[in-house]
Amino acid sequence: MEVQKTALYNYHKNLGAKFVPFAGYEMPIQYKDGIVKEHISTRTHAGFFDVSHMGQFFLEGDETLIESLEKIIPADLKNLKINHSKYSFLLNNEGGIIDDLIITRTEKGFCIILNAACKENDIKQISQFLKKHHKHLLNNDLSLIALQGPKSVEILEKLIPGVANLKFMTGNNFEYKGENLYVTRSGYTGEDGFEISISNTKVEKLIDYLISNEVKPIGLGARDTLRLEAGLCLYGHDLNEKINPVEANLKWAIAKKRKEVGGFNGWEKIKNLLANGSEKIRVGIKPDGKVIARENTKIFSSDNNEIGFVTSGTFGPSVNAPVAMGYVKSEFSKIGTFIQLEVRGKKYGGKISELPFYKKSYVK
Amino acid sequence: MSEKKFSKKHEWVSLDGEVATVGITKHATEMLGDIVFVEVPDAGKAVEKEGQAAVVESTKAASDVYSPISGEITEGNKAIADDPGSVNTDPEGASWFFKLKIKDKGEYDSLMSKDEYDKFCKENPS
Repeated sequence: MEVQKTALYNYHKNLGAKFVPFAGYEMPIQYKDGIVKEHISTRTHAGFFDVSHMGQFFLEGDETLIESLEKIIPADLKNLKINHSKYSFLLNNEGGIIDDLIITRTEKGFCIILNAACKENDIKQISQFLKKHHKHLLNNDLSLIALQGPKSVEILEKLIPGVANLKFMTGNNFEYKGENLYVTRSGYTGEDGFEISISNTKVEKLIDYLISNEVKPIGLGARDTLRLEAGLCLYGHDLNEKINPVEANLKWAIAKKRKEVGGFNGWEKIKNLLANGSEKIRVGIKPDGKVIARENTKIFSSDNNEIGFVTSGTFGPSVNAPVAMGYVKSEFSKIGTFIQLEVRGKKYGGKISELPFYKKSYVK
Repeated sequence: MSEKKFSKKHEWVSLDGEVATVGITKHATEMLGDIVFVEVPDAGKAVEKEGQAAVVESTKAASDVYSPISGEITEGNKAIADDPGSVNTDPEGASWFFKLKIKDKGEYDSLMSKDEYDKFCKENPS
């Protein structure tokens, strides 16, 4: 498959981006300032992220569309209000997570934001449940820009009046340069911010404006340190088809009504896990010293039994210490439990930690 | 102290009598990005030319640091283990990685000069 580029590829290049292949796209991993500075400027001012590689999947249909989608998504879509969003997943028959996503109710149906690496398969999986009269479109004419950080609201409100009134996990249509934009108050960094869906032809103008307001470009490197500090999962690392929402410690994202009534892929299994708990569970981990426990690091108990593995690990610039997430046997998941991490053949101490590592400031 | 010599794996060496000081080059730190973890060897450890001797990690990944020269470690720089970010600020000065007592000065002589190293980096961009 040919490597794909987002509409902003040349723009990133001019900003001094270093590119890496990611999910079939050439994406900026960092810019001139480097990951730590990008991370800090997002937490203290604001940063923008080109997340146009993610799928913007639009669905239209009548009431039967809700029934169809609820077979694979365990959110309460029937009671989801127009312009409200939920974090959820696509589930397989075993209750495994095919992808994690944000679904928003629109006037005509739904918009689902899908991970870039999964989007083609996701659409196949969703399509199995759709009826002939349900319309769907993966819109590649749109870019998606995340603006994240405490100054986001002040900066975007000046350009697009009204966005300041949005509450976290809601969205609306706005006008910008004679064109309709869809803006949601959301993101994946643990900061207040927005995601802006804008046509590929207008996106450069939006970025010009952000840069003139000292919003820094942020690459995938800092996106990873920001989301990990915020305790958020990265699909393909912390989540995959063999992991279910109970193991992933994401049962909060299954709607209460759906937990009781079911009717979605893997419900039998999930119902059982909800009642009895899972064998392993996702936890936060703080290594004691400076050592970084990266993905696949083995986790041992204090008496040297292997009890799990790390799925994401890095240095957290705002925590100013290494942070990690991983799966351990459930009996070792209590906050504060002493564990050992095997790095380069040596065992280092660490503790099961609360998530997030860094406290959020969402506007509710 | 002698002039600095350079390896293809982006380490530098300077020589003071029989004791060599080894660090990573500025070019290496620019490729690595923000350095967040360093592990240096303990005194007494024997290292081979091009053998793994230390570890450096950036926000992106972990990399081995090789010794461009054989010998016995006399000191690891604990200051950079405590403050890994200092390697980004002064890689070819205060933020050296380790010192070792060398076995064969010929190994030092065969390394690249500053000019040769700069040319090598230009020809092998990463």
